[in-house]
Amino acid sequence: MIVHEWLFLTIAPCDAAEPWQLGFQDAATPMMQGITDLHHDIFFFLILILVFVLWMLVRALWHFDYKKHPIPQRIVHGTTIEILRTILPSIILMFIAIPSFALLYSMDEVVVDPAITIKAIGHQWYRTYEYSDYNSSDEQSLTFDSYMITEDDLELGQSRLLEVDNRVVLPANTHLRMIVTSADVPHSWAVPSSGVKCHAVPGRSNQTSISVQREGVYYGQCSRFCGTNHASMPIVVEAVSMKDYGSWVQNFE
Amino acid sequence: MAEIEIKTAPADFRFPTANQTRHCFTRYIEYHKCTAAKGEGSGDCQKFAQYYRSLCPGEWIERWNEQRENGNFPGPL
Repeated sequence: MIVHEWLFLTIAPCDAAEPWQLGFQDAATPMMQGITDLHHDIFFFLILILVFVLWMLVRALWHFDYKKHPIPQRIVHGTTIEILRTILPSIILMFIAIPSFALLYSMDEVVVDPAITIKAIGHQWYRTYEYSDYNSSDEQSLTFDSYMITEDDLELGQSRLLEVDNRVVLPANTHLRMIVTSADVPHSWAVPSSGVKCHAVPGRSNQTSISVQREGVYYGQCSRFCGTNHASMPIVVEAVSMKDYGSWVQNFE
Repeated sequence: MAEIEIKTAPADFRFPTANQTRHCFTRYIEYHKCTAAKGEGSGDCQKFAQYYRSLCPGEWIERWNEQRENGNFPGPL
């Protein structure tokens, strides 16, 4: 029983996938909030259309069979219904498309001046993070590799295939620029609760902006098949206060 | 180490999309053009150095530095 309590206490505050999870993880950024809201908006129309189509289908099957109507009607035209069934779906599509594009382009936006740049470099099969804002020469001072913790080394409460030895530490409530690239094959840097999925392409650097709204630990996985150990290069983001971030940077060896 | 300054390369209207490859390369060239014009020790060029260090992966900077030494750097300097 005590073991269960430990598990609950250690896992509960983590933003990671749960067994048999169907919905989204809790949003940690405005972007993810937008994605969740859009999903719910679209689902409203989805249910509406589903119920309407099913009603029509079942009604037709119920009422029109060969015993009740031995001679079928042969109506091939109907101007009113044809106009209606063209206009109405296009209006519904507009209601889906407008918020969808608004979200898509706002996610792409690179207008806000970020406070920190973090580079995430994918390797087969680990990740390297570089914080180079505080460098005074081309020598990298704050760089570390992030490896997954293997099953044998897991401690109680740590998630299998999700925990890493060195987490990405970043301040909460701050505009951050993630520069994502790869050193060998394509990888992907993805954290579901941040609403971020950014492909890491060798020779190209992709930018994605995040602003984590609450302190916490967020888990993600490589989302671009990159070889044998594709499953063993997760991402763990630890959002802390700006003060703690400052002391983490200063105490980094 | 003294108190860190929270500052990074600003958003650049020349590179408004997710692809920031050119952003990093341009900042690297700007720095070296600046030092060529104003001299190695000029303080005006330091901001460009900060920008490209923030934006470029370390591996790329190393390779470009090597190429500049060997005289086969692909960009305009």
